Amino acid sequence: MTELRKARVATASLAGCFGCHMAILDMDERLIDLMSKVEIDRSPLTDFKQFTRRCDIGIIEGGCCNEENVHVLQDFRRNCDVLIALGQCAIMGGLPAMRNAIMHSDAPLRECLEEAFITGRNLTNATHNIPNDPALPLLLDEVYACNEVVEIDHNIPGCAPSGDIIYDTLIKLLAGKFHGFERETIRFD
Amino acid sequence: MSDFSFMIDGVEIPACEGQTILEAADAAGIYIPRLCDHEGLRHQGSCRVCTVKANGRSVAACTQPAAPDILVENENAHINKLRRDLVEMLFHEGNHLCPICEASGNCELQAMAYRLDMTEPTQFPYLEPCRALDASHPDIALDTNRCISCGRCIRASQDVDGKGVFGYVGRGIHRRVSVNGDTLADTDAEVTDFAISSEVCPVGCIIRKREGFTTPIGEREFDKALIGHDIEEKRDD
Repeated sequence: MTELRKARVATASLAGCFGCHMAILDMDERLIDLMSKVEIDRSPLTDFKQFTRRCDIGIIEGGCCNEENVHVLQDFRRNCDVLIALGQCAIMGGLPAMRNAIMHSDAPLRECLEEAFITGRNLTNATHNIPNDPALPLLLDEVYACNEVVEIDHNIPGCAPSGDIIYDTLIKLLAGKFHGFERETIRFD
Repeated sequence: MSDFSFMIDGVEIPACEGQTILEAADAAGIYIPRLCDHEGLRHQGSCRVCTVKANGRSVAACTQPAAPDILVENENAHINKLRRDLVEMLFHEGNHLCPICEASGNCELQAMAYRLDMTEPTQFPYLEPCRALDASHPDIALDTNRCISCGRCIRASQDVDGKGVFGYVGRGIHRRVSVNGDTLADTDAEVTDFAISSEVCPVGCIIRKREGFTTPIGEREFDKALIGHDIEEKRDD
């Protein structure tokens, strides 16, 4: 008889503030129970930069604001059976998506960068250049929610989601018994 | 004293002549979701979130008169889907960023999304309009990015305050709520107006300055219970 293996979980923070990762810690001592059921693969928590093997659950915080975010998200979709968007930024763009609405011009991204690095008041940018190092990931024209880039299986709402809703969702998913949220637990903030 | 009765989801509802379905349901402790309707204001029937099926036909419960022996369907999967689609489209039409909004937790649009189980992003595109903030008035600010054009402020200002500070401009998808002047400071709006009070604007569009974020998370109106619980509490059983 084969021994039941632990579920493998990977996490990533894209255009987020790491608040959703901090919210994972809000499970408090239930983390011990959760860790008896899962092992963490690629994640900022383990500092693994690549997948060591295929994972059961991928958890994404934040939407996509640059090229690298898109690559990481696509890599997660390829390597995870179930992909979860955690928090409002991953679900609908969140705060970074404010730049989609506040800049309406023909070249909104250029306008934003010029104000940030060249024309803005009180700037002390001696070179008067927009940073252009090849090591910097290219910004996207807009901030995209995760479901606009890859298929997302589940969304856990909140900014940040509570430790309770993250724990309950993960435990139910691991048991194959997740059928949506209780209305009383849904929060967008 | 009731003149007649009708049925909502199998429950007998007493009603009087001249009452709308929504008024009779409220009195009987049955909550029908609504956004553009507010107690004390005349009914408008524009948001259609209160859509029910009366004898199989879709009607706005806030404006449809109650009639003897009609069969009304209020809560079922089909109607809730219609309502959720309407609420989702309101989220997509404006810039509704709950995490940064001072109305979050007290917002009826957000609370309606909770009640209608709106957790998934939809396939509708976000329109992401670019609308200006009007902070000209010393005590009031308007952030029309969050306006859902429910018109509650218009009716409150006209009918209760007797002022007419707000009104609709434009047609179709371009219909917006606007103020009776170049800016809000040019109107006779005062922070003590009923139209400016927290109960009239269902979202975070009309902002009373120096008031935001005073209630901690966990103690705000819809942190405690779902929208409509105050009406459902009135039910006898």
